Amino acid sequence: MDSYFSILFTEVYKILFLLVPVLVSVAMIVWLDRRVWAFVQKRRGPNVVGPFGLFQSLADALKYTFKEIIIPASSNKLVFVLAPVVTMTLALISWAVIPFGEDFVLADINVGILYLFAVSSLGVYGIIMGGWASNSKYPFLGAIRSAAQMVSYEVSIGVIIINVLLCVGSLNLSDIVMAQQNLWFVIPLFPMFVIFFISALAETNRPPFDLPEAEAELVAGYQTEYSGMMYAMFWLGEYANILLMCAMGAVLFLGGWLSPIDIFPFNAIPGPFWLIFKILFLFILFALVKATVPRYRYDQLMKLGWKIFLPFSLFYVVLTSSFLLYFDLLPGK
Amino acid sequence: MIAHSVFFYIFSLIAIVSAVMVTVSKNTVHSVFFLILDFISISCLFIMIGAEFLGMIMLIVYVGAVAVLFLFVVMMLNVAEQKGQWFSSRWDGGTHIPVGLLVSLIIFFELIIVIGGWKYKPDLLNSLSVNISTEVTNTRSIGNILYTDYILLFQISGMILLVAMIGAIVLTYRERAGVKRQSYVKQISRERDEGVDLVEAERNKGVKIDA
Repeated sequence: MDSYFSILFTEVYKILFLLVPVLVSVAMIVWLDRRVWAFVQKRRGPNVVGPFGLFQSLADALKYTFKEIIIPASSNKLVFVLAPVVTMTLALISWAVIPFGEDFVLADINVGILYLFAVSSLGVYGIIMGGWASNSKYPFLGAIRSAAQMVSYEVSIGVIIINVLLCVGSLNLSDIVMAQQNLWFVIPLFPMFVIFFISALAETNRPPFDLPEAEAELVAGYQTEYSGMMYAMFWLGEYANILLMCAMGAVLFLGGWLSPIDIFPFNAIPGPFWLIFKILFLFILFALVKATVPRYRYDQLMKLGWKIFLPFSLFYVVLTSSFLLYFDLLPGK
Repeated sequence: MIAHSVFFYIFSLIAIVSAVMVTVSKNTVHSVFFLILDFISISCLFIMIGAEFLGMIMLIVYVGAVAVLFLFVVMMLNVAEQKGQWFSSRWDGGTHIPVGLLVSLIIFFELIIVIGGWKYKPDLLNSLSVNISTEVTNTRSIGNILYTDYILLFQISGMILLVAMIGAIVLTYRERAGVKRQSYVKQISRERDEGVDLVEAERNKGVKIDA
């Protein structure tokens, strides 16, 4: 028992070592998002607090902490308080399995990719709970929209993951990265990468798929009744989820911590930095999409998910597996 | 080992308490939330006995998809009032208590049979045609038998699910008149000739437009 708990305590500092950078980078990424967005629209964006406005998110966080938390009288209080907690927790626990380098991962579990997928599919509960517990029309409509949207796009993300797994032969994230040593999966599976990226936008409720919080129709969707720190937790959880989706894309398609070419100036940079570059690259793409694309109509969104992405990625599963079978490349024999 | 059993009892306690709460709690939405908690703690138990694949699939399928649909149904249809009526003595000519008692008795005897069968577990393990090895991951071993020895059963269960799905769609589908659908092909292939119509308008009478 003692040994067990001593292991537990040594794990705690590792967890802090991972979580604190994640939280700080979530704050920074909000700033980056707003800057990129402003850059596209020829505005300045947040540039007052600190150099280049870097501390804007900290200032915002400070503001949120001092705002009053209002719990609506007719709401279901326990569920109302639990919803942002669930969102935030689920956004953070998935970072445990992301491999930042060889042997540089908190939990190197056999079913890492399934764990990521499971946690991201749980993410919908924070939103449903928040929308339902608010006991008001707009949040409820937002929650229903969001649940339908996330469930639909999870299906196509699942099928895309199957494509990658066919090429790897293991559910372990480190194995997935190591299988890309010679060729990143973005090259043979490029259509899947594009669909993954779009599905990730829908999964994290980002524009052009931000229907759950479409401000012209639903005020602020499921977050309408939230204020102060509870709103900030939804907001942080959302951005942590976006970062996680970028990390998932980097691990599945862009070779995780591997350098693009294995020659001197590139492979001297340690693995974690490569992963961070790739995450940032994907995140900037996310921000550019937000700045350029108008919002989808709801029926178009559903049509895209079920009638275009799902059949196409299923077709690609057949294509990938028959290719691997024909050229005798199937892994794990 | 002690820590292991501590965690086992924590998870199983949560599972049992939330299973009881599913049936007891007045609010149907709370029932579904407890059901989700139950699923999660059971998948934790799966992971604890080393069946990590089953645990994760349980999370993805039951919690990530099935329970979301449950929540949908419970939130959209106002089941809360019906649930109250169900167990009151009269509901549309007849009480449901005898049927409920019958079902729970059947489940109870099934449980007794399962627990009794536990006694013969060593015999069963020896008589298994598949030998369980601890070296390969259980994802791989499930895959090895699911797609070879049990492929027929696997395919049949898939077919049953497909038929059930199609059946549900056919039963609920009804054609509605006057619904306007967007057709991308039609929109893109629209030409000037069919889109624009030059009409000689008669003075003071205008043009009659028919849709």
